[in-house]
Amino acid sequence: MSPDEIAGRLRSGMTIGIGGWGSRRKPMALVRALLRTDITDLTVISYGGPDVGLLAAAGKIRKLVAAFATLDSIPLEPHFRAARQRGDFELTELDESMFMWGLTAAAHRLPFMPIRAGLGSDVMRVNPELRTVTSPYPDGEELVAVPALRMDAALVHLNRADARGNGQYLGPDPYFDDLFCDAADEAYVSCERIVESTEFADAGTPQTMLVGRHAVTGVAETPNGAHFTSCVPDYGRDEPFQAAYAKAAADPDAWREFTARFLSGDEDTYQAAVAAFAEEGA
Amino acid sequence: MSTQDATAEGRSDVTRAEYCVIACAEAWRGDGEILASPMGTVPSVGARLARLTFAPDLLLTDGEALVIGDVPAIGAAPGVVEGWLPYRRHLAMVTGGKRHVMMGASQLDRHGNQNISCIGDWKQPARQLLGVRGAPVNSINNPTSYWVPRHSTRVFVDKVDMVCGVGHDRAAAAGPSATRFHQLRRVVTDLAVLDFETQDRTLRVRSLHPGVSAEQVREATGFPLAVADDVPRTREPSAEELRLIRTVIDPAGLRDREVRT
Repeated sequence: MSPDEIAGRLRSGMTIGIGGWGSRRKPMALVRALLRTDITDLTVISYGGPDVGLLAAAGKIRKLVAAFATLDSIPLEPHFRAARQRGDFELTELDESMFMWGLTAAAHRLPFMPIRAGLGSDVMRVNPELRTVTSPYPDGEELVAVPALRMDAALVHLNRADARGNGQYLGPDPYFDDLFCDAADEAYVSCERIVESTEFADAGTPQTMLVGRHAVTGVAETPNGAHFTSCVPDYGRDEPFQAAYAKAAADPDAWREFTARFLSGDEDTYQAAVAAFAEEGA
Repeated sequence: MSTQDATAEGRSDVTRAEYCVIACAEAWRGDGEILASPMGTVPSVGARLARLTFAPDLLLTDGEALVIGDVPAIGAAPGVVEGWLPYRRHLAMVTGGKRHVMMGASQLDRHGNQNISCIGDWKQPARQLLGVRGAPVNSINNPTSYWVPRHSTRVFVDKVDMVCGVGHDRAAAAGPSATRFHQLRRVVTDLAVLDFETQDRTLRVRSLHPGVSAEQVREATGFPLAVADDVPRTREPSAEELRLIRTVIDPAGLRDREVRT
């Protein structure tokens, strides 16, 4: 599938999970494809990075479920910050581990998972729908019941995949992309390169086979498709480009220019503009 | 000038940042074979110093997914990898309790409630900060300390706007499941070392860095703060510790960018 075909499968009002972490291995080509649609009113579930920033800047988020939104080398996602300070969308602010257990509950088709995190914190205050659950065993512990983060669709980016949807990560951290796929009704994988299944074994050990085809609806080959986030070992984060993104995000006129230059065409146009930008800096 | 006064002023060649490094390192003393998770440059130098001196069993990471087997300079790549700690396993380290984190704090109150999420009304904050991140899971599951590079009334407030890291009063109110593994150890700032070893488990000054007065710390704190008349000075680094800090762990002097004085 192409990124635009994948975006074409999505609808306004959906709950969409986005894999990766912060500014790391985000399915940015799929996010850019989403920006080219008129889809809006989304509930977005993400360990937030520039995916959240771009969707927020485009006014596509009705509700965000997150523990943070960061660019890593720049601590705070600038569009996320601005959108929060304008009160643009609803927020379900969870602790990082609550988020992981919410994904896990959804992947296991459970209504909730009991965890300690959240007790005593204002996560309970700002999310009044959160409930606690009491252990039926003699310890009688009262723990937080983190609700399942079930989603209509998940978008993730991996280093390699085959045409049937088996996906392989080759960097140091799988993040939570397998959980996102398992927690979604439909999951879409973009990858640096679509390979024959026979090539997986040469690239990495069996433990690198993160995502199984049973959990995947469609695959897109998007070289440099995590840009400008990192996709180790294929490439690291494009720090100069990210810095330019963050600078532009802080000023409406600069953001209009950035959008015109980088986000007004298709993915090929984007990649060509990125190459030209790198050329200028060289 | 008496001998005691000379000690109070410290050695002339030791910088404030170096006293802060020593104070951060001390937070991990006696922790044994657990993961030291420092956030920020000075705590990172401190954790590595502890590992190279009095806490050799500490585990350290590269800040991403690897447990490192050697102690490289700040910013340098490790030469030895001794383990794998992607986020999902890191969270098991947190909840399993074999970890002592030193987090930052945009706001901190006398009970040890910490805020890194936002300033103002949460619904539409005046200033969005990092978000709660892992502060709730950290503070309620494993030993937690804080690093405040600029001790001021903006940080040390009467009431934090959003409780991310859980303080003693909030843990107690949430019940036994919240207090079971809750441990706030130290707060290290550019002026002093603080802890919660008081009757009501509120902040008190444990030591003042050389050159800092009790009055200075009180003025920079937005609530009444206990400072004993005989409060000690933060200890002096040894010659070997200074060598490790200056030539092995932080030869580029990155610690001085975090602590101004």
